[in-house]
Order: sequence, then C-alpha cells, then structure tokens
Amino acid sequence: MTALPPQRRMLHLHGMDAPLTIVVVEQDRDRALAIVDALKDAGDCEVVVIGQSSGLARRIAAHSPDVVLIDIENPTRDMLEELTLASGPLERPVAMFVSGAASGLARQAVEAGISAYVVDGLRPERLKPVLDTAIARFQVFQQMRAELTETRRALEERKVIDRAKGLLIKARGVTEDEAYAILRKAAMDQGRRVADVAEALVTAAGLLS
Amino acid sequence: MKLTPIPVGFVPLVDAAPLIVADQMGFAESEGLALDLRSAPSWSALRDMVAFGRVDAAHMLAVVPVAMALGLGGVTTQLSAVSVLSVNGTVIGVGRVLEARLREQGYTFDFHDAAAAGAALAQAARGALVIGAPFPFSMHVELLRYWFAATPLAEAEIEIRTVPPPMMAQALAEGEIDAFCVGEPWGSVAVEGGSGALLLPGKAIWAFAPEKVLAVRTEWAEDEPQLLGRLMRAVWRAQRWLAAPDSHIAAAELLSRKGWLDLPSDVIDRALTGRLTVSPSGDQRHCPGFLDFHAGAASFPWRSQARWIARQLAMRHGLDPAAAADAGAKVFRTDLYRRHMAGVGAELPSASEKVEGAILHPTAVPTQAGRLTLQPDSFFDRRVFDPSA
Repeated sequence: MTALPPQRRMLHLHGMDAPLTIVVVEQDRDRALAIVDALKDAGDCEVVVIGQSSGLARRIAAHSPDVVLIDIENPTRDMLEELTLASGPLERPVAMFVSGAASGLARQAVEAGISAYVVDGLRPERLKPVLDTAIARFQVFQQMRAELTETRRALEERKVIDRAKGLLIKARGVTEDEAYAILRKAAMDQGRRVADVAEALVTAAGLLS
Repeated sequence: MKLTPIPVGFVPLVDAAPLIVADQMGFAESEGLALDLRSAPSWSALRDMVAFGRVDAAHMLAVVPVAMALGLGGVTTQLSAVSVLSVNGTVIGVGRVLEARLREQGYTFDFHDAAAAGAALAQAARGALVIGAPFPFSMHVELLRYWFAATPLAEAEIEIRTVPPPMMAQALAEGEIDAFCVGEPWGSVAVEGGSGALLLPGKAIWAFAPEKVLAVRTEWAEDEPQLLGRLMRAVWRAQRWLAAPDSHIAAAELLSRKGWLDLPSDVIDRALTGRLTVSPSGDQRHCPGFLDFHAGAASFPWRSQARWIARQLAMRHGLDPAAAADAGAKVFRTDLYRRHMAGVGAELPSASEKVEGAILHPTAVPTQAGRLTLQPDSFFDRRVFDPSA
C-alpha cells in the first residue's frame, strides 16, 4: 500500500469498489467503539458490532460481511466456524486469510490477538488496510491488558507483603519499617523476591494457626 | 540436565490429562523436555496456535486435522496426528424439560443403550431439537450424526449448534439448546448445577472412538524428529500412568487445580473412574472404559479411524468419499508412531488399519512389538466400516 502514490490510493479506497462490510464481534462497548472509529478512519467501510453470543453465526450472516474480526481470546469464537463451510449460513464461505502474500499479515494478526475471517475472493489489497488498522488497534488493547495484569499482580503482592508485615509486627513486636527490613533482608539472603518471602511466611503462618 | 522447552497448547478438559500429567509428574522432564503448556480459549484459537507456530504441538479434536486435510474450515496448514491422546469420554445430556418427559415415558436413563435412548428422545421431542456441540469438526458431531441416522431421530428436525463447553450448562438452563454432546467435566458440571441429565456416554454409540489426538505441524514433525519422539514417549508414559486405577485420585486432584481445570476434583474424578452421576437427583451409573488413555493400544493412531472420520465428513460436505478417505487416512501417522515408539514398551500392532466396529469382545491380535488385546470397538447398530471397501 505504502508504495502507491497518494492519489491512486484515494482512488482505490473510494473508487469503484463498494464499501466493505466489516463485522466486529466484541462485548466490551468501549473497545468496540475504538475499533469502529479506527476502521472508519482507515477507509470506506460499514462496520457492525455484535456483542451478543447467542446465535452468533446467524447474526453475523445477516449482515453478509466481507470481513469478520474477533478477539482471539473470545471463547465464543468457535461459533464462527460454521461460517467457513459452504453449507453454512453465509452465501460466500469465509476463510482465515492465509494464502500467498497475506500469510505474513495473518501471522501478525494472530500475534496481535485478533482473528480475521475473510470472504472468499476478497482481494488482498482491499483487505490489507482493514487488517493493518485492526492489528494496530489490537496491539494497543494487548498492551493495556498486559498493563492491567501487571497492576493487579502488583496490588496482590502489596497485600501479601502487608499481611506478612502484620504477622512480624505481632510476633516480634517490631515497627512496620523494621518488619519490612526483616523481609527484605531474608529475601536478599535467599536470593528471592520480597513478595515471595512474604507469601511463604503468610502460608506458613496459616498452617501454624 | 538442561531441559529443552517446547510450547504445547491444550483446552482445559479432563482429556487434556496426558499433557498435564506428562508435565507435572516428571515424564517430560525424564525425556529432557520442559513443556510450556498454554491453555487455549477455543478450538479455533488452538488450531491457529499450531498452524502459525505459536505452539509446536496440541491437544486437538481428532476430527480437526482430518477436516483440515480435506480443506474444510478456515485454515489448511498440514497437520499430523502422531498419536491418540484419548478414546471416548464425551456425554450426551438433555435439559430438565426433556428429562421430565423422558421419565414420564418410563425411560430409566440406563446410560448404556443408544438405540433405546434414540427412540425415547425422538418420542419426547416436541418440534425441532437444538443440540449443542463444541465444534463443527469434532467427534461429538460425528457421534451425534451417526446416532441420529440409525434411530427414529433420523425423522426428527434437529439443529446442531456450536456452544463452547464452559457455556453448555448455561445454554441448557436458558433453553437456548435442548440437549448437548460435550466432553467431561462439562456434562457433570451441568448435572451438578441442576440444568441437565446425562443420557448416554459417547462410547454407547461407538465403543472405541478416537476423541483427542496429539497434533503437530507436519513440517515440524519432519524438521524435529528427535523432539517429537521425546514428546510422544513422555505423553505415552503419562497415558500409561493415567490408566492405572491407583492414579485416579491423584490425577483428579492435579487436574482440579487452578491453572488447569479449576473445578472440584470429585467432578473430574467421575470421568476418570467411569462412575457418573447422571441426574440432579443423584442417579449413579457405571460405565467401564468411559474414557480410555491407554488400554488396547488406545494411543495408536489407526488409519482406519481417520478414514472413517474423513468419509463421514465427505458425505456431509459434498466431497468425494473415496478421495477424502485416502487424504484423511494420511493424517493419522502410524509410520511416525512406529518409528518413535519402538523399544519403549508400547504395543505396535502389525496392521495400520482395522475393520472398525468388528471387535465385539477383547481380542488378541498379532503385533510387531508387545502383547496386544484390542478392546471392543463396535458401533451401536452393529454396522462395520471396512477401510478397504
């Protein structure tokens, strides 16, 4: 795409081709809106969001989409499999786009955590801007998800360390700062993390009480 | 010894046990492997993980690699089923409405007779039946279709709808489906939650149905023969361990942990022992061989099994049955099994195909290695499938 001069690119996106219909399967409203906005910015397309999982394949088929996008972590994804069958609810069977030049794109999509179903016969050059956009968007989601997990983990560790400190204060009559110093020294001596030492102490205390 | 890491995908089900046990009980380690087990949120996600190389091997529905070889489904990367991870282990269950009607008809939920169950269900059905199954390409769907065709259910209006296993009980409770076919523990979870009763074990339809296989990219199997052999042997030893009655409690305990199935061990134990609670009122049924990991060379990937699967798929999807059967048979790699399992104690039958459905009683057969008694593999209607026909 980038090799094309801007004018031809405009012509291509807004020229003779009818707009693409893209179905996005996403329950989270904010995420869905973010994807829709990004796709609309990327080109001429109609985007439909489906949030409900019951009768998913049929709901999708009702829009006769060119492309279906779904989070790879979505457990309802298997409901889409019948779209790939000629006898399924769509007139034109879909495939995950893996052939030829687009196989690199498909791999990138999988790595970004997105599964794309594409109707038979859709030209790679029409698909690419859609997938590039979706991949970029999902990479942001993935980063946010990773940050959230990290925040939760840190919070959990904080709690365990606080409980371990509490146990030390009670058992040894030390101050909070001293309790933390004890934990930190034990961690350094054993080559372990403070959170791991705290966890071991809390578990052991649970067994003794 | 430095362990070689190997990423392996699975879906959290009781029949993922061979991989989990290989990892947790040291079988992988003694082959110099460190399994990096990755839980997949759906079967299509797991298939993509294998196809695109995010994992090297996977716990896979036996029908999936065969379907892929026939060009069915979204992805057509060549996969090889190098061994069978489990035989049988699914259940067919009905919702409370159908259960009540079946009881009114005097049906006893014997959990055994598929012909009688089919007749009873056809009588109990009012209008169209919607039946949940985990994936369009699965032994669940094949068993259901085979069962319908040979019972009065052939006349009933039936839709098979894809429902992810963890959502099966809820779909039943909400009336979105009337019945289901699902792998354990999800049938027992529906019974525990009071949303359904179990009608049949999958083995009542086909007594020796390959349920999950160890699947790898064919290209990977060729590039990494050493690694593949080590993985296959570790998994086979885990399967042998799982088959010992002494292991059931430990296995159920292990699988119940967070990170694996994260469900109570007494619900998981049912599939391992074949002692199932079939209704919310507590009826118990015993089904020996409900789920097999090892007996009767369970892990041997008979080409005739793949041929049967391919033929059933071909007939339903309008493909040439003979060509499909030949293409499908190549997916079950008896050649790799023989190569990598020689000398570890695994039974190696002399033949790579058998007449499916012909064994009615445990039968000793000629082997290339070990002593082998094949277990009954009959279909409930006593038809046989001759792979050479």
